[in-house]
Amino acid sequence: MIPVECYFALSALLFFIGVYGFTTRRNLIAMLISVELVLNAVDINFAAINRLLYPEGMEGMFMTLFVIGVAAAESAVAIAIIINVYRKFKSDSVEAIQNMKR
Amino acid sequence: MNYSDFLQMTPEVFLVITLIIAFFADFCLFKSESKTNILGSALAGPLVIVLGTCVLAASNHPEPISAFGGLYVVTPAINVMKAILTFGTLVVVIMAQKWVESQKRLAGEFYMLIVSTLLGMFMMMSSGSFLLFFLGLEMASVPLACMVAFDRHRKESAEGAAKYILVATFSSGVMLFGISFIYAATGTLYFDDVCAAVSNSPLCIMGLVFFFSGLGFKISLVPFHFWTADTYQGAPTPVTGYLSVISKGAAAITLCTILMKAFAPMVEYWNYMLYIVIVLSITVANLFAIRQSELKRFMAFSSISQAGYIMLAVVGNGQLGVAALTYYVLVYIVANMAVFTVINVVEQNNNGRTDMAAYNGFYQTNPKLSFLMTLALFSLAGIPPFAGMFSKFFVFMAGVQNGEPMAYGVVFIALVNTVVSLYYYLLIVKAMYITKTDSPLPTFQSDANTKMALAICTAGIALFGVASCVYEWIAAAGI
Repeated sequence: MIPVECYFALSALLFFIGVYGFTTRRNLIAMLISVELVLNAVDINFAAINRLLYPEGMEGMFMTLFVIGVAAAESAVAIAIIINVYRKFKSDSVEAIQNMKR
Repeated sequence: MNYSDFLQMTPEVFLVITLIIAFFADFCLFKSESKTNILGSALAGPLVIVLGTCVLAASNHPEPISAFGGLYVVTPAINVMKAILTFGTLVVVIMAQKWVESQKRLAGEFYMLIVSTLLGMFMMMSSGSFLLFFLGLEMASVPLACMVAFDRHRKESAEGAAKYILVATFSSGVMLFGISFIYAATGTLYFDDVCAAVSNSPLCIMGLVFFFSGLGFKISLVPFHFWTADTYQGAPTPVTGYLSVISKGAAAITLCTILMKAFAPMVEYWNYMLYIVIVLSITVANLFAIRQSELKRFMAFSSISQAGYIMLAVVGNGQLGVAALTYYVLVYIVANMAVFTVINVVEQNNNGRTDMAAYNGFYQTNPKLSFLMTLALFSLAGIPPFAGMFSKFFVFMAGVQNGEPMAYGVVFIALVNTVVSLYYYLLIVKAMYITKTDSPLPTFQSDANTKMALAICTAGIALFGVASCVYEWIAAAGI
């Protein structure tokens, strides 16, 4: 049986790869993919914790299912918005959408 | 399953009915000429009913109600907050009318989105478990991104929406990561059980910090505020108003309830986090607001600093906290919506101008509007006869009620910052009344809806402070 620490290490690794990607990538689609990595890390966490630490309930599994569903809805909306950005700016890089005053 | 549980959640049921009405009204009136007018009133009516049910629910059920096995919990204080947010949404719907008309066939979508975000916020506020809380939060923030992107022909709208949706998704990922640690430490997602099992172990502290930062993004507190200015500037003006008051108010009361309900044993940890975040939010946002020359961007920084004041009510986990927070949000809604109504009507009548230079000499041509805007800005800054002063007073009182020395320090910094904020709010007043210009904006006639929204807001600014029954009503429910 794989100990729960291994799952934690995997999900922490995935989470911080996502955070790193979100902060360093200069492309909107790549940033969206990084966010999905973060959400996948969450899914692994919930499923592993439920299976290994608290097998008597199902809360973690339900949470995982809902996170997957909501992540799909979010990326649908995000991609629609990115397509609109691409139509307006002819680019999907972060530099292209820095037009407002700072 | 027991279907009678649905009877416990009347405000939500009525909101779903409102959503269906908005959908069918849009469907039936597809080609009608006066569509937006009919749609607006088709929505305003049910919203008034929702407002009524919330008020009734707050007075009829002095005890907390829980339904669906503790997943859905509602207290009188939450019902009061729901009534206040519905009232704010009603003001947004009224003031948005002219802008919605310019959207022609898409008008119905705007109404559907605004009702579904409100439904999500209701769910989020009355959740008894992290699961329902997460669903409500997403239901509130995903349609909001669509609303920010609503002006499809303006570049800024797309830009603001892209930033908003990416940051919103990322922050909910961070927040869920925190919740998963709480789940690992306690084995449950229900707030009451978490409260019983949570301890000061490193796992719980890490979960708390991640959770707090995720929700901090939604309230736009300072280390997490980078999206705010661009999104507020890019969004259509009514949506900016909605984001800055309704969305922020709902997230603030939710953070308050979760900290007080689920994380009550960890109060010394989140108190320190709150101290740091509040001082940063108020100070940094005030310093940035001074140098803005774009009015919507300016209001974004002003709203970040107001968020700091709102969170001051939560400090110390005290009795007065919830009531002070709710009252602050109510007063903030009327004052901020008055400002945004003026910005909106100026934008609609002058080809989308929202820069501050446009307001130079505004008093010469539009004295009534500039007077109402001045009242609203005075209330935001907290000048005595208006409601803003009383709301700030109650928040400060809630902050120091436990008598901790650190809390006194934070409240002192907040007080000093009130003076700074007075300076930059008065910059707009100065531009309107004193600054000389050769070409002030032409005189224009506001439409009936703008007048109605401004009348409601101004009445609120003038009366909510003086009429003590308002605060008493909130405080009676807030314990």
